[in-house]
Amino acid sequence: MAETFEPKITAFVCNWCTYAGADLTGTSRIKYQPNVRVLRLPCTGRIDFMLLAKAFSRGSDGIIISGCHPNDCHYTSGNYHARRRWMVYRDLMDFMGIDTERITFSWVSAAEGAKWAELVNEVTNKLRAMGPYVEYKEMVAAGVE
Amino acid sequence: MELREKAKQLLESGAVKAVLGFEAGTHGRRRPLFARSAEAAGRLVWDQGCEQNLASYVTRKEVKRLGRMAVAARPATLRALLQLMAERQIKEEDVLPLALDDAGQVTELASAQAIEERLALEPQQIPAKDRELMDRLKAMSRQERFAFWQGELSRCIKCYACRSSCPMCYCGHCTMDCNRPQWVPVPSHALGNQEYHTVRAMHLAGRCVQCGDCGRACPVDIPIHLLTFTAEESVHAQFGQGAGASAKLDYALSTFRPDDKESFIR
Repeated sequence: MAETFEPKITAFVCNWCTYAGADLTGTSRIKYQPNVRVLRLPCTGRIDFMLLAKAFSRGSDGIIISGCHPNDCHYTSGNYHARRRWMVYRDLMDFMGIDTERITFSWVSAAEGAKWAELVNEVTNKLRAMGPYVEYKEMVAAGVE
Repeated sequence: MELREKAKQLLESGAVKAVLGFEAGTHGRRRPLFARSAEAAGRLVWDQGCEQNLASYVTRKEVKRLGRMAVAARPATLRALLQLMAERQIKEEDVLPLALDDAGQVTELASAQAIEERLALEPQQIPAKDRELMDRLKAMSRQERFAFWQGELSRCIKCYACRSSCPMCYCGHCTMDCNRPQWVPVPSHALGNQEYHTVRAMHLAGRCVQCGDCGRACPVDIPIHLLTFTAEESVHAQFGQGAGASAKLDYALSTFRPDDKESFIR
């Protein structure tokens, strides 16, 4: 019997908006797919591009990055800085042939519990259709003796 | 005035303590020369072989110790010097760029403003050969691009010549040398190379002056300069500022505009 592929998703979220938003999803008893592993960081500005590389190299099939909406950053401007970083990062990754479709960026506020559930479901369904990130996994495996 | 003559004059008058240029090396190649006397200045040469970006030396401690230095400069060198001033790595009065044209004629550029004005005359352009390859890559499918870079990067031996040759890679402590935590795998296997070159390009985004020295320094001829070129072009296209344009430039990724436009965040 062929097993259906379940994507492994790593979500990097900020402490103040999306983490609280995901919390609200739970307290509101909204169900969503369990494929996501949520990692809480102080701010989207803290999310270094190397964290994404590490997530992929440790077997993630997709990544969600989410934080406060523009103008709502707890630290005033962390998300603006993050936005600039991701704008450049996506261009560079695309040029290197990394699948940027597997990286989803979003703003989810502490009040948007429903949006979080929707986002996770959508990304999970998309990645399930896309299949495992074979290229990257093969690249990682090539380095292990 | 020609370079040798100018260098002699500057050294004899004491205006600078050293002149950084090129001399004849082995196998018809050119190598950097730190001329500290009028006599040594007689060995200076200037021709098409003098491609290296000499700005990569001026941030080094042992070079700074020599005192005020004149630097033989192509446009890329001038951009690098301006960017180093913007990043507060050198002071305007530490260096005296000697801009050289193709005929070997020297123009002394005593201030950052003079450098900016000179650069305004020569619009920055990516060499046709590199532009062609970049366009060819962008026209490929994503999978083909991935295969291309995996193929190219598989030759990388992580000698870090690209890092050493780069005028902007002056950090005393580099992420690559950091092993607590070990961010990037040390071995030059596929993942290690991929991550190393990602880090290098990202750390140079908004700072790369597009001199192409990393690609020239590469002993296995990987067109790695295209990665930093691409990151730099992305910054330029989206935030409207190019590295090395001015001595008063804010680092693009440590500043922002509330109305930065993107289309991928939901």
